[in-house]
Amino acid sequence: MALAPNMPKAWRAETKPHKFCPGCGHGLVLKAVGECIDELGIQDRIVFGCDIGCSLLSWDFFNTDAIQTHHGRTTPVLTGVKRARPDRICIAYMGDGGGYAIGSQHLVNAASRNEKVTVILVNNCNYGMTGGQMAPTTLPGMKTETSPYGRDVEATGNPTQGPEMVSAITPEGAYVARGTTANLRQLKKMIKKALETQLNGTGFSFVEALSACPTNWRTNAKDTWNFVEKEMTQYFKVGELKVPGEKEGK
Amino acid sequence: MADKPIKGEKRFFVTGNEVVAWAALAADVDIMYGYPITPQNEIMHYWTRLAPKYGRKFLQTEDEISAGFTTCGGVFSGARAFTATAGPGNTLMQEPMSMAEMMRIPAVFVITQRGGPSTATVIYSQQEVTLTCFGGNGEGMRIVYSPGSHQDLYDYTIKAFNTAWKYRFPTFVLGDGYQAKMRESVIMYDPEERGVQMEPTEKIVGKEGMPGVDREPAHLRNTYNTEEELNVVVNELVDAFWKAAPEIVEHQEFNCEDADIVIVAHGVVTRAAQAAVKELRDQGKKVGHFRPITLRPYPIEAMKKAIAQAKEIILVESAEGQLDKLVKAELYGSKVPITPYFRPGMGITSEEIVEFINKKG
Repeated sequence: MALAPNMPKAWRAETKPHKFCPGCGHGLVLKAVGECIDELGIQDRIVFGCDIGCSLLSWDFFNTDAIQTHHGRTTPVLTGVKRARPDRICIAYMGDGGGYAIGSQHLVNAASRNEKVTVILVNNCNYGMTGGQMAPTTLPGMKTETSPYGRDVEATGNPTQGPEMVSAITPEGAYVARGTTANLRQLKKMIKKALETQLNGTGFSFVEALSACPTNWRTNAKDTWNFVEKEMTQYFKVGELKVPGEKEGK
Repeated sequence: MADKPIKGEKRFFVTGNEVVAWAALAADVDIMYGYPITPQNEIMHYWTRLAPKYGRKFLQTEDEISAGFTTCGGVFSGARAFTATAGPGNTLMQEPMSMAEMMRIPAVFVITQRGGPSTATVIYSQQEVTLTCFGGNGEGMRIVYSPGSHQDLYDYTIKAFNTAWKYRFPTFVLGDGYQAKMRESVIMYDPEERGVQMEPTEKIVGKEGMPGVDREPAHLRNTYNTEEELNVVVNELVDAFWKAAPEIVEHQEFNCEDADIVIVAHGVVTRAAQAAVKELRDQGKKVGHFRPITLRPYPIEAMKKAIAQAKEIILVESAEGQLDKLVKAELYGSKVPITPYFRPGMGITSEEIVEFINKKG
């Protein structure tokens, strides 16, 4: 089956159309990832790891080797690969629950150790696969299945600022950014820089991508984009937090 | 860089943890991943001192969950990789062990049992038998060796890597704190010079060539969508495991041929049992001892033969019936009564076994 001309070469045609819900942001992030793999010419070196949650649906997404792991455990599995085979380009792909809740100790420690892997974390403010529960990234007042009256920050804390945390604990040479599916060109640049950071071996690389979950948000197209562009960005500032060779706080 | 860590054969007087580190070196292990917990720490201590001299690697992780999963990652990449843990660390590591079962990851786990449940003691027990054989949300498709001496630790640590890579099941060396910490004499050797060929490893991901062009990409998963789909996968696991089992099972027996009483014990307790058999034989009692070396799969056929003429089994272990449960499940239908001698979390001497058997008359 021939792919539409604008699909990345690294995508696996046999597994398209993909399995994500209509309107989901994962397809967009994975398109950016695919284009970066193409442009860097690293398809044969990639080991792609995905978490549990909606991100697991990417397990056969690319024509690259891929390991679908356990919830929260993608970072250590890929770290294990990279430590044993430093010539591989390791991408750990996960959601906000996997990265900031159940797997937060792995994210923090991989970042602290400056592991030469790339973590791409899709933030859609909830646990999508399990039916829309409150996530570490759920916005204050936001209704989910486990915060039906709205997230009470007094009782449950504030949304996790992932890139800010990772930026604070990584040394110079790491790459940390937050992009959004609302600005794909920028998101793609960030993912490319993250992969280049790994290729150059200067440090850990981390990109959070703001993304949409209209299924669990129960939003129409207009409200979905409004939420990603207006609501989420009030708490999650888009931009680069740490770039190898550049002064911090840029 | 030094070449072979061990040339020819050499006798050493060392701790069990040191033995494991040397055995892993001799077995051509590429990388160890680990997290500190007593009583396995010195495996890491020796490994981190020795490994760089032989071009081997180490990663200290943030916890045992990570140590297990990074080990799986190393194995995926084609490395001969292992980790070591104990007690609460073994509990945490069940998650990656379960993934290793499902995905047929030939990872090696060295367990140095300590007291349980919970944090308990850092000293010794045989209370991690059930956890190591059947932990996780699966069917216990694991290979578990129970060494009884430093020589066993050396031999079976090397063997564990070969068994793991030959049959592609996670493989365990289930030692204990006594074996880990005590010193005794052991002969270390280069496996090749003994005619032991190390089972070759394989890159499970990262093979040569462009995926999708020169070869199919490795798309590895442990998630399935339907009951039927999963059932096929689990049946394949189970079939492969039981097909390999007859080649894997190992045991030892002592004076069982004419024994009225057969002592069943494993691990370090086999030594008390062996000494007790000698003592009781000297006293004119027909006592024998059966020692399973593999707890999983269990050497049931050999055991059935060993107890064929027995009037009683005395089951001796430093746990409240974990080996007992294994044995009873395997021996279902047997008429031979089983008398327990359980001392959870405590060592057992030959004198105690002799006294127990003599008292019951």
